[in-house]
Amino acid sequence: MRRSTIIVMAAIFGLFILTWILRSTSLASVQEHYLIGGFKVTFSAFLTLAILSFLYKDNPFYKFAEHLFVGISAAFWMSMGFWTTIVGNLIPRLSRSLSEFFQVPYQPGSYNFVYFIPVILGIMLLMRLSSKYGWFARWPLAFIVGTFAGLNFVRYLRSDFIEQVSATFVPLLVNWQGVEHFFSNFSLSASGQFVAIVGNWVIFLGVICGIIYFFFSKEHKGAFGTASRVGIWILMITFGASFGYTVMGRISLLVGRITFLFRDWLGLIS
Amino acid sequence: MKRQIPIIITFLIGMIMIFSFFIPPLEGLEQTCSLFFDVIAVFAFFLGGGNLMRIHLNKLRRRKKDWGFSIVTLGGFFIMLAAGLLKIGNPGGIAASPTTEGSLLQEIFTYVFLPLQSTMYALLAFFVASASYRAFRAKNREATILLIAAFVILLGRTPFGMMLTAWIPESFSVLQVPNLAIWIMNSPNLAGQRAIMIGIGLGVISMSLRLILGIERTYLGDESV
Amino acid sequence: MSDVAFRIPLVVLSDIGRVISLMFIGAGLLWILVRSLRAKEVDRRIVFLFIFIAVAAPILFPITFQERATLIVRRLFDKVESLPAGSRVLLAFDFDPAMAPEVQPMADAISRHCLTKGHKVVFMTLWATGQALLTQSLERVVKGEFPEKLDGVDYINLGFKAGNENVLNIIVTDFRMMFPTDVNGVPLDSTSIFDDIRSCKDLDLIISMGGGKPGIKEWVLYVGDRVNVPLGAGVAAVVAPQLYPYYPKQLLGLLGGVKGAAEYESELVRQYPHLEERGTPGLRMMGPQTLAHMVIMAFIVIGNISYFISRRRERKR
Repeated sequence: MRRSTIIVMAAIFGLFILTWILRSTSLASVQEHYLIGGFKVTFSAFLTLAILSFLYKDNPFYKFAEHLFVGISAAFWMSMGFWTTIVGNLIPRLSRSLSEFFQVPYQPGSYNFVYFIPVILGIMLLMRLSSKYGWFARWPLAFIVGTFAGLNFVRYLRSDFIEQVSATFVPLLVNWQGVEHFFSNFSLSASGQFVAIVGNWVIFLGVICGIIYFFFSKEHKGAFGTASRVGIWILMITFGASFGYTVMGRISLLVGRITFLFRDWLGLIS
Repeated sequence: MKRQIPIIITFLIGMIMIFSFFIPPLEGLEQTCSLFFDVIAVFAFFLGGGNLMRIHLNKLRRRKKDWGFSIVTLGGFFIMLAAGLLKIGNPGGIAASPTTEGSLLQEIFTYVFLPLQSTMYALLAFFVASASYRAFRAKNREATILLIAAFVILLGRTPFGMMLTAWIPESFSVLQVPNLAIWIMNSPNLAGQRAIMIGIGLGVISMSLRLILGIERTYLGDESV
Repeated sequence: MSDVAFRIPLVVLSDIGRVISLMFIGAGLLWILVRSLRAKEVDRRIVFLFIFIAVAAPILFPITFQERATLIVRRLFDKVESLPAGSRVLLAFDFDPAMAPEVQPMADAISRHCLTKGHKVVFMTLWATGQALLTQSLERVVKGEFPEKLDGVDYINLGFKAGNENVLNIIVTDFRMMFPTDVNGVPLDSTSIFDDIRSCKDLDLIISMGGGKPGIKEWVLYVGDRVNVPLGAGVAAVVAPQLYPYYPKQLLGLLGGVKGAAEYESELVRQYPHLEERGTPGLRMMGPQTLAHMVIMAFIVIGNISYFISRRRERKR
């Protein structure tokens, strides 16, 4: 190992110990196990800084944090799935003795034997790990695909097609009380009639033109091409709005982490 | 047999899920299928964990590049698994929630998992800023429209936007940046998102039909097996 | 590190700190502009440093703003407010740590609002990570601020179940088939909160908080459009624009990102001033948010200025 690497690692280790001691000292008056409390916060802070170090360049600390995350994440989901669904839903339907062992209420039923089917399918799914018997996993995969396809077919048809088309049929003249009333009360007020009318026209035409843009079976020429162009403009506004919200979302995550570093680790803010 | 039976399973289950919506007596069967799915989903979690172990153990055995980090992955995996499956340190015992406050699982989640995942996503803030400086150019009309919309939203979603245009009178209040941002979200953004949603909805419907009818079979994998 | 020793000087110097930070950021942006005009490369790590300072400075030297709820947030707030005490509200914590900085403040604010109004709150989640975050919220908000509320009577934690939208497909007609017990193994039949609840149809309001899949879209598709129960959402900013087509027919109201959280908190504090002391993290985050937005807009402008100038130079050649 190079000398500079050893110096850097020693410096980081020293910094870790120093901040651990300082953090524990500040927690001594409020926590019983202040050393452990200080260690936990310091370790979290160092993991945070290890990830942030990627901004300078890829390095072993980032790789350590990344690999740790992968391992912990997989195990977390396995543990949660086991306790909530296997112990919570499956075992109470299959075995009285196991239910008593796990202290969950047994759910007797005449047709509970059918719940061995997902167990068998689940074991077949695990055979994916074998190159020789991996084809067994096709059965549970088929079950999963069939479930999703069947559920989504009806729900998307209703909520994302019929309801959306229905919601596009908006009144194109809002609160209409005659031409005279319209012009006498004309304003660019955000809650005014004109803005509401323009908004509804934009929604009605925008949806139609947006859908026309995605219709690639016909050449985008003439009136169809003009409508397609309007559709692109509407979509560009949509993407611009999405970009603005995305920036907001990403900044919020950074604010959260820096707040943790300043408040929980360094104690600079309350 | 290796491909025919899965296709039949997909067809039968898909049909049950569709017809149960229209024939209420089939609802019980549909819900049983959903519960079956929930159990299989957990086995899918186990499959993910098993695959992770297989890859990293293989890397360790063959001393591939960065094999040392595989020890970190496997170490974290087994510690978390033990903490979760054995409910180590759980004050409520075997019947309590695995994430009870004070349990080792919850502690590792709070002090290791949470900072790691949060920070990984927080990195995106930096890359968004870098992209803003290097990549977002008003090269043509469409890009200019996109940038103007983004500007209005960025300004309008902050109190600064209100301060900037508070002088505009009520009769022109739609031109106040926050109101303009709201109008953009409620009108052109809504129209564009709805057009995309309808398009995706039609795509999902047609793909679902193709899967149920066995026309689409890519999920079955290699045809030679 | 002594909190007190650092806090007193910061409070005294916060105004000076704000001014110095703003001057530093302004000078830095000017420097980047000049470099860009001279067609010189600005290392991306300088850009990273800028964003870090733009976010860190308002955290150290807080800039706070007043917020006013927009209609899309107000509708959800008014719904929670108008429901009579004892109404059954379901709060779904469908998010992970990646979304927590944005969504947790709104989840806490809505939980606080529901419990203050005396609603019966059913907590659940479709994400495994959501259960761990729900535990934190329960400790902090429910048990910490409302110790008189009883588990199983005033609120209940159903926890997580695997299966994504299949969980919703079941609870829309039968809660007990999916959740025979609460998260601690207590049978639902032995809790008074579930006396009148068989399925989602028996709820008075459902609010899903999250932003990924499964999330609010699945709640709309599998529950909201199937049963006549008002559905509200609090989502990460990234996802918010995609949900506008559902508003207002399929979605009662929508909180988008930390701005949405800040608006809800401000309405809550306006209605119940005593809740201000319990913290308003959403409102606090708007300061750094605002400055970071300004910096990013400045980057876009500077980038485009240098682009147009270099394009003109190339054309002249």
